[in-house]
Amino acid sequence: MKILVCISNVPDTTAKINFTADNKAFDKNGVQFVINPWDEYALARAIELKEAKGGTVTVLNVGEADTEPNIRKALAIGADDAIRVNAFPKDSFFVAQQIAAVAKENQYDIILMGKESIDYNGSQVHSMVGELLGIPSVVPAFKLDLVDDSTARLEREIEGGKEIVEVKLPFVASAQQPMSEPRIPNMRGIMTARTKPLKAVEPVAADVKADYVGYSKPEKKSGVKMIAPENAGELITLLRNEAKVL
Amino acid sequence: MSVLVFVEGLSGEIKKSSLEAATYGSRVAQQLGTSATAVAIGEVHEDALAKLGEQGISKVLYDGDSRLNQFVANAYVKVIASAAAQEGAKVLVFSNSNIGAAIGAKLAVRLNGSLATNVTTLPNMEGGSFVVTRGVFSGKAFADVALTADLKIIAIKKNSIDITAGSGTAAVESFSADLADADFAGAPKETVMQETDGVLLPEASIVVSGGRGMKGPENWHLIEDLARVLGAATACSKPVSDMDWRPHHEHVGQTGITVSPDLYIAIGISGAIQHLAGVNSSKVIAVINKDPEAPFFKAADYGIVGDAFEVVPKLIEAAKALDK
Ligand SMILES: Cc1cc2nc3c(=O)[nH]c(=O)nc-3n(C[C@H](O)[C@H](O)[C@H](O)COP(=O)(O)OP(=O)(O)OC[C@H]3O[C@@H](n4cnc5c(N)ncnc54)[C@H](O)[C@@H]3O)c2cc1C
Repeated sequence: MKILVCISNVPDTTAKINFTADNKAFDKNGVQFVINPWDEYALARAIELKEAKGGTVTVLNVGEADTEPNIRKALAIGADDAIRVNAFPKDSFFVAQQIAAVAKENQYDIILMGKESIDYNGSQVHSMVGELLGIPSVVPAFKLDLVDDSTARLEREIEGGKEIVEVKLPFVASAQQPMSEPRIPNMRGIMTARTKPLKAVEPVAADVKADYVGYSKPEKKSGVKMIAPENAGELITLLRNEAKVL
Repeated sequence: MSVLVFVEGLSGEIKKSSLEAATYGSRVAQQLGTSATAVAIGEVHEDALAKLGEQGISKVLYDGDSRLNQFVANAYVKVIASAAAQEGAKVLVFSNSNIGAAIGAKLAVRLNGSLATNVTTLPNMEGGSFVVTRGVFSGKAFADVALTADLKIIAIKKNSIDITAGSGTAAVESFSADLADADFAGAPKETVMQETDGVLLPEASIVVSGGRGMKGPENWHLIEDLARVLGAATACSKPVSDMDWRPHHEHVGQTGITVSPDLYIAIGISGAIQHLAGVNSSKVIAVINKDPEAPFFKAADYGIVGDAFEVVPKLIEAAKALDK
């Protein structure tokens, strides 16, 4: 079984988000980058499947050289090898095309990624990859099991419930909680990660169709109005008469 | 140059998030000096479709093929793509639901369009551009995105547009995209809806949410009672669902569901940054926590420093006293 896990390199969840003075670009200064939390669910599940059924797990990132520490981390967690498409990920369509190009060349049985990235929150790449490759995409999935060598059984979330889907391999799925328990690299993993192959490849020509032209931050709240606990009921009155949300 | 809106049904009615999409689509049509058509699929009552006129939709294309009662990405995409072709649509509008985002992405590839999900504003069309604002960095920022392809596909963030409640009736026409059996490959084997006597969390205007401060599942009747009198959905923090006090689909935050209701009431939740990431675009936030230093108060509009077990019963009483 060949599994491809796509990881994205995102600002740490607790990072303060800032933009350049002209508000035209994200300011990376002083920001720690991590593997996108949702992608960690995908990676952990891929490794579990490999442990149970054999095969390989390849991690793929579309990013410039500064993403390599997090790619190494994925190798330390248990992926076998890694590919970095050497390009700045300009928009989801561009990223999806890079992933599809790598997938076409290497014929993976399962392509997994997180439900969305916590920086651009797009939830687009997985379905685009499925469409580009002409294979099913099951999104967002919180359970993934193999029925046999050619069929998987997934549970996907829908508003107000869930759907149980069976698909033939190959397919794309996006992972969300509680698909697996994300793993923390151990010392042995960290040591072996250094020797695992990490290949950088050049991007294929691809369109960008969404041009990020500016950024802004939400308006600051004007401050919190405190209500004494003895008069807690007053909150309800304020929510109705002042905030007008009841 | 028309605008096509995809609307989703739920138990025969149109989802609230789709009424938002219909409102959005009609306003974009107005900006463009054209009309907005909706496309609906599966089990939706005809009178619910006709009522989309109230949101400014003039015509609804309805594909009632019963095989479409469940979501099958390829089949849905085919229906919408052929409706878009028939209407000469230049703008496609969806709700940023699990279905909307997935089919938007597929259509963007198939029809060579530009896609923006999580959109919070109407497009700015100055100087022939088409720029929308979308939520990024888990609610910590917004990005302006210029959609450059001829076809623009927009999935709007839930609760970011007020539904127009105008008058008018949409003409409902039946529509068929000549679906073949092969289009239904990957159809779900089974759909399981949650048992809920209340409101669905992703669609809710009011959310009452509990954290570890509630001490245990046996105390959740307080959260549920308050939600019931307010007509709200219930939610929880991650540790609460990790400990199985509540089901996973109720967990909000960075690794859970993102919600943006009009009102989010957080009870016994510290307000860790990962929790805030899923709720910080709520219009109004009220926080009940016994720790005055709880970080949630910084993100709140209203706060009560107090013990949930004393405060919540008072809230329930006060809410009952409201004339609904
Ligand atoms: C990568 C990552 C992703 C994460 N994703 C999420 C996520 O999606 N959603 C999420 O919620 N968390 C997430 N977390 C966890 C998050 O960091 C916090 O641990 C979590 O939100 C804390 O939940 P809590 O506030 O319910 O519990 P606690 O931190 O235990 O806080 C309980 C609060 O209740 C108050 N309290 C206690 N007793 C009472 C009482 N009687 N009356 C009133 N108040 C009381 C306390 O003062 C305290 O503020 C994530 C963490 C990581 C590292």
